[in-house]
Amino acid sequence: MKIIVNGAELELDVATLAAALEALDYGDAVVATALNGHFVAARARAEAQLAEGDRIEIVAPRQGG
Amino acid sequence: MELYGVEVASRLLLGTAQYPSPAILADAVRAANVDIVTVSLRRESGRLREGQDFWSLIRNLGIRVLPNTAGCHSVGEAVTTAHMAREIFATSWIKLEVIGEADTLQPNVFGLTEAARILSDEGFAVFPYTTEDLVVAERLIEAGCKVLMPWGAPIGSGKGLNNPFGLRALRAHFPDIPLIVDAGIGLPSHAVGAMELGYDAVLLNTAVAKAGDPVAMARAFAGAVEAGRAAYLAGPMESRDMAAPSTPVLGKPVLAR
Repeated sequence: MKIIVNGAELELDVATLAAALEALDYGDAVVATALNGHFVAARARAEAQLAEGDRIEIVAPRQGG
Repeated sequence: MELYGVEVASRLLLGTAQYPSPAILADAVRAANVDIVTVSLRRESGRLREGQDFWSLIRNLGIRVLPNTAGCHSVGEAVTTAHMAREIFATSWIKLEVIGEADTLQPNVFGLTEAARILSDEGFAVFPYTTEDLVVAERLIEAGCKVLMPWGAPIGSGKGLNNPFGLRALRAHFPDIPLIVDAGIGLPSHAVGAMELGYDAVLLNTAVAKAGDPVAMARAFAGAVEAGRAAYLAGPMESRDMAAPSTPVLGKPVLAR
């Protein structure tokens, strides 16, 4: 199904946010996630079900002022 | 200086963006001897993982981070960013920015107060990037903010203190709230000015990062903040419009021919 990950439309055959992160090779990277604009805690990713057209944001620490 | 119950020695807070290299960023942070640096959250690619090295560098500095919500234009975006920051940085501190205008990057103070209330109620220690407006400041304190961060001038402009009168009034109205001038500082003299007004600290980024020698400039700002604070505590003289001779008039010999 089509999922929008960090603004890019991807074809992903996964059911949950945790599975999406695994499929996208995040491994043990330090990231935080949001699904359709709402924060999803790391511990809740395995229960976060994905549906066609969902928007995922995956972020990491970066330089800031 | 105490910020949300945490005793902080350095009155200079430094941003981590726009340095020529990660090594120069680290050297500048050490040279400035700061206790707090600001950081952000940006999209991460599973393949490139650009944020991981940066995070490792910051962690190795062993200092406190103040994550921001830079670039957020709505309450919802800012709140979600704060939630993500709290998990990833393991801190409830958040530099809350809700931007209202693209050219000046000035805060949307209506969204800011709303987001500040939501986040304060959720237990965040909110550092709101605001203007020098007294009414907005009052609202932010009512919302739960225990620190205020008024701008000196638009972010990245290097213009210094655009409204010293407004900043002085804010200081006078809120003598017990830690006030940090955030944004617009371009020169150490601007930082001195903020501290001489009685501000508790200064937060800056571009002025150091974009200097010809960021490490030397970081050192210069550290000295400036200390000098300004010392001057404030020493009680600056009142300025006046007319001259007043400093050398005694009494006892001057009459030498006119």
